[in-house]
Amino acid sequence: MNAFMRIKAAPYLLIGLVGATIYFFFPAQLPLASRIATLAIFVMSLDLVVGYGGLATLGHSALFGTGAYTAGLLALHSTPNPLLGLLVGGASGATVAALSGLFVLRYQGLTFLMLTIAVGQIIQNIASKFRAWTGGDDGLSGFTTAKILGLATFDLQGRVAFLYCTGVLLICLWMMRRLMGSAFGLACIGIHQNRLRMAALGTEIQPKLLTLYGFSGWFAGIAGALSAQVNQIVGLDTLGFELSAEALVMLVLGGAGSLFGAIAGTALFTTIHHVASNVDPYHWLFVIGAMLVCGVLIPRERWGALMRARP
Amino acid sequence: MNLSVLQSGFFGPPGALVPDPVLEIRRLGKSFGGLQVTRDISLTLNAGERLGLIGPNGAGKTTLINLITGVLMPDSGTVYLNAVNVNGLSQPQRVKRGLARTFQITQLAPTITTLLHVEMAIHERNGSIGNLWRSVDAYPEVRVEAMSILEMLRIESLAQRPPITLAYGEQRLVEIALAIALRPRVLLLDEPMAGVPERERHIVLNALERLPPELAILMIEHDMDLIFNFAHRIIVLAEGALLADGSPKEIRNHPAVRIAYLGLASNPDEPMTTATLDRR
Amino acid sequence: MTLLANILIDGIAYGMVLFIISVGLSVTLGLMRFVNLAHGAFAMTGGYLASWLIRAQGWPFAFGAAGAIVLTGLLGVAIEALVLRRLYRMPELQQVLFTIGLSFLFVASANLVAGPEVQLIPLPSWLRDPIDLGIRTLPAQRLLVVLAGLLVMMISVLIMKYSRFGIWLRATVDNTQAASALGIPVEWVYALTFGAGAALAGLGGILGAELLPLEPYYPIKYLVLVLVVVAVGGMGSVAGSMLAALVLGTIDTASKYLASDWGSLFYFLVMALLLAWRPQGLLSPGRT
Repeated sequence: MNAFMRIKAAPYLLIGLVGATIYFFFPAQLPLASRIATLAIFVMSLDLVVGYGGLATLGHSALFGTGAYTAGLLALHSTPNPLLGLLVGGASGATVAALSGLFVLRYQGLTFLMLTIAVGQIIQNIASKFRAWTGGDDGLSGFTTAKILGLATFDLQGRVAFLYCTGVLLICLWMMRRLMGSAFGLACIGIHQNRLRMAALGTEIQPKLLTLYGFSGWFAGIAGALSAQVNQIVGLDTLGFELSAEALVMLVLGGAGSLFGAIAGTALFTTIHHVASNVDPYHWLFVIGAMLVCGVLIPRERWGALMRARP
Repeated sequence: MNLSVLQSGFFGPPGALVPDPVLEIRRLGKSFGGLQVTRDISLTLNAGERLGLIGPNGAGKTTLINLITGVLMPDSGTVYLNAVNVNGLSQPQRVKRGLARTFQITQLAPTITTLLHVEMAIHERNGSIGNLWRSVDAYPEVRVEAMSILEMLRIESLAQRPPITLAYGEQRLVEIALAIALRPRVLLLDEPMAGVPERERHIVLNALERLPPELAILMIEHDMDLIFNFAHRIIVLAEGALLADGSPKEIRNHPAVRIAYLGLASNPDEPMTTATLDRR
Repeated sequence: MTLLANILIDGIAYGMVLFIISVGLSVTLGLMRFVNLAHGAFAMTGGYLASWLIRAQGWPFAFGAAGAIVLTGLLGVAIEALVLRRLYRMPELQQVLFTIGLSFLFVASANLVAGPEVQLIPLPSWLRDPIDLGIRTLPAQRLLVVLAGLLVMMISVLIMKYSRFGIWLRATVDNTQAASALGIPVEWVYALTFGAGAALAGLGGILGAELLPLEPYYPIKYLVLVLVVVAVGGMGSVAGSMLAALVLGTIDTASKYLASDWGSLFYFLVMALLLAWRPQGLLSPGRT
């Protein structure tokens, strides 16, 4: 197993294998799997900031929702081309991240956390206010998603959507791994672990963090755009605090700082949520709550490595 | 003979051949609340010079280092790096102008390996730290340079180990490696022996001997034996002010310094060594 | 003029409720350095217990409320002593994760025990009737909330500054080992402080049941509100929490009256500006 994991392409092959298994043997679960893939991109983008950068944020859904609404509006008013939608969604997420980052990244700790919450809530309220554009509580709908690369339209069974989401997931995973494996990524990890040391090496800290935050917004926006295209509706919950909090829990369940943990945590959380909710809409809280509580009380070195990224 | 020609110097005004000091401090002052921690300190440091800074605890030595590096802003006075006023510059900006330091309590990123730490410093120096795409493993020149620095300090065996697995003395060496990798003009060593157990002292000492000779060094230390052997010149700080400035021999016999360190009733024949200080 | 008066009265009442709920969190976060994101669960517990005692058991309002507050306080002491004290040494993220998990468990349990419906606390007639203050009449409930808030603040400050317990608490927070060596029963201090915070949260949950409806998602829904008050007011500062709660509560109420389609935007905008201006909080900790 160890030898397999050392092959560079191993994680991608593994995801491909799991995906193929679901596609051929569990086709009824394709919508769930698509949802997991989409959320996994979002949680990976959160990992960049939380796991690698060491900045705990509860406002990340603002970037997801911005990407979702932008992609929806593009499809509604201009063109339903999905790849363009992804690019525009990503760009809008990056822009919002960069602008808000100029303000919030000057602060640390609890203050930073609270400010990210505030920015998220402000954006959600703005979206609610401008219901002529966003549809308000009813959500943004009425747009379609065109053929991807002119190849295939979305089918009712969700096969095309699943392949689309998985494809985007793999590409984003690859891009993020490259980003964090670069000298820039190393500097970000250094800033997380010891700012004083990095300043003493001559690193300008704010520009690095802002760049990281911007990239995180780019990927979060792509995830949001993907969600809009697959579901063909965007609601205010894409900007909500609950989504930000759930994403953080997903990240932590799987282990922060490696990107793979983000995917695993998302799969675990979403599956539990799905299975438990069929019994009672509150039961998933028991399972996840117990996992969090036990995970902390029972010492495991995996938890110790949570806030320390592995370069 | 036209004396004025001789006086003005054959190649130009006197002092033209003497390069600017790499580090100069003029009348630096700092207080916290009502307490004056740094009083009117001035000093110069030239390339290749080794300056020792000693003084009793609380004399303001680390504060001085923090003022020079930009961690603290002075209330009065100026810091010059290569004759340029750097008062308005941040820590990272001063590092880019050739200033490096080590910390009294080692400051390293706990899980980044030694080799990557040094490579990071080289990337910072190179400007390639902003590269978003190329893997850190794809810079062979950087890797070679980093390994050669580790080899020079005899710590190449620690290359793949992160600081949390290293002994305190070894961590101190990694800090020195980082400082070397930055290729600074001035290096500030803040108590390099602090916290290093007796049995690891020699590895730090050997590393200090391997520092490039053209580097200007300012070293704070309590270890008298080390300072008197290492430094070309020593300055003494007490209660935030400069008490004395001279060669090791002059300082060793300086009456005011002996009083500040050894107490009022001091035997003039008693040597000022670490052993003597320990006895007191 | 009436509109302004209404905004002020409702805003202050809302602010007082927020203060009473939040003050316990401010103390545990600021003085004990413990991040307890499950704090809202105590407010919910107080409200649920009061609702049960008054409606199901037929207790009179005052007794039901008092009973619920005491029980919530005891629950707080129990949780602190049995579970939370192992977490004090752990890094912040662990505390955050654990208490989020704990609040999830509270939410799910509330649903299991009482179903997803809102729990109502029937007010006795003496609280529903308006009281004539001369200048205008006020619902008695609002007056009670304001008085309760002021009382809580006064008592907290008095206890912290002048009582033996207050001295013990401050000594324990400054240096637990030294305090323990001096004979201060530090474990009791922590447990009682935490329990008091929980009890106060319960009181806030009861008094605020109209404004913050008691339903299973309560701890998660109102977590943000409570955190905002604590962060803006300054962790550990009782007076700071009061100031932040009143300012933010009034602004939120005003925006509900005057610009309701903007939702809570102004609340968060003001909060962000206040935090940016004073990252440590309006009143620095230690100045209770």
